[in-house]
Amino acid sequence: MFNTLQDLMLHNKSVTYVLMGVVLICFVGFWHFLTGKEERKRRY
Amino acid sequence: MSTEHTRNGSLFTPFNIIAGIILAAGVVVTIMRFTMGLGSVTNLSDNNPWGIWIGFDLLCGVALAAGGYTTSAACYIFGFKRFHGAVRPAILTAFLGYALVVFALHFDVGRPWRLVYPVFYQQGTTSILFEVGLCVFIYLTVLFLEYLPAALEWKGGFDKYRGILVKLTMGLTILGVILSTLHQSSLGALYLIAPSKLHPLWYTPYLPVMFFMSSMFAGLSMVITEGMISHKHFHHKMDDEYNGGYLDLQFAFAKASAWIMAGYLAMKIMGLAMDNRWHYLFTGYGAWWLLEVVGFVVLPCYCYAVGYRDRNIALVRIAAPWTVVGIMLNRFDVSLIAFNWQLPSVDRYFPSLGEIVISLFVVTIGVLAFRFIVTRMPIFYVHPAYKDSSH
Repeated sequence: MFNTLQDLMLHNKSVTYVLMGVVLICFVGFWHFLTGKEERKRRY
Repeated sequence: MSTEHTRNGSLFTPFNIIAGIILAAGVVVTIMRFTMGLGSVTNLSDNNPWGIWIGFDLLCGVALAAGGYTTSAACYIFGFKRFHGAVRPAILTAFLGYALVVFALHFDVGRPWRLVYPVFYQQGTTSILFEVGLCVFIYLTVLFLEYLPAALEWKGGFDKYRGILVKLTMGLTILGVILSTLHQSSLGALYLIAPSKLHPLWYTPYLPVMFFMSSMFAGLSMVITEGMISHKHFHHKMDDEYNGGYLDLQFAFAKASAWIMAGYLAMKIMGLAMDNRWHYLFTGYGAWWLLEVVGFVVLPCYCYAVGYRDRNIALVRIAAPWTVVGIMLNRFDVSLIAFNWQLPSVDRYFPSLGEIVISLFVVTIGVLAFRFIVTRMPIFYVHPAYKDSSH
């Protein structure tokens, strides 16, 4: 599938970067899920 | 337990009988180990020089003792003063955990009388193992100093020394966090030297980070678990400060654990992606890896999250021991199960009865020491003479 080390590294890094984006979005969703029922602090 | 003993007026409680049998067997194996050598009681070999005395006693012991630095950091550094009542039990658990790690190392090291050499005689400053040894040596001292005020309050008459130690609390806490960061990660870094021996699903350059991250939620889960067991057996020793903040502490630690576990899961997936290890998931080891990650990271993380979100304490109390088991499984995987995975089965390691007995012996000593201390010293309550003290 990969003819050179360059091909392999490019593939691995591309997949990792995409996954990192997905993970960051998931983290926001998970944080909202986790803290969704917390009482909001008054800021005044 | 001790209360049981007091109530019945008998030493022959089921707990004491089982502990006595384990201690007696442990003494026999200890004599064999130190008179006839490692080969007489272990299945260790040149292929497998590290067995469960490292995989369980050391790796699991250090990870599960992480509650000391996480709880004291939460209280003194991050300012969650409402968790103050939980600091002493967590520090005591950590101190005993580390003390027993060093105790167990005496069995595993070929010439245990040379255990102090790396610190005092011959510093191998290029070795990760030297860094681990030095950190454990210093951190055990730090934990002893953090625990000492409770012992001094119990004995009485040492107010001057107690006062000095109390003033050192913040410094000791910061030192404890730094040392823990160093050696918890370095324990993972030890395995970076063996890329050909550790299975590719577990081998990743992120191992040090993973060991450190997992130690955080291991410590938090251990504090919850230890609190559950202590409440069952030592409830009469607990004061209002401890009991008042107990539920709040469990929820706060559940939230922190869920969040850190999510990060840890992301690191696990990144580890696969960076080295393109996906195809290994469809092998037998892949199934085992998925069991560890899904069964003991994703599911307890979800339980923690739902438990915190819905204020469901039962779920949190299920997730905590579940996570503790998961951490033990992870350390076993890295050090034993996925280690030397390419060797034929005849050369693979399985612990001998002697090794298992010594591990049980060490755990039993820890439980007995914990019981001895909490039934005498002000661990779960503030000593009446020091009610106004800030420590």
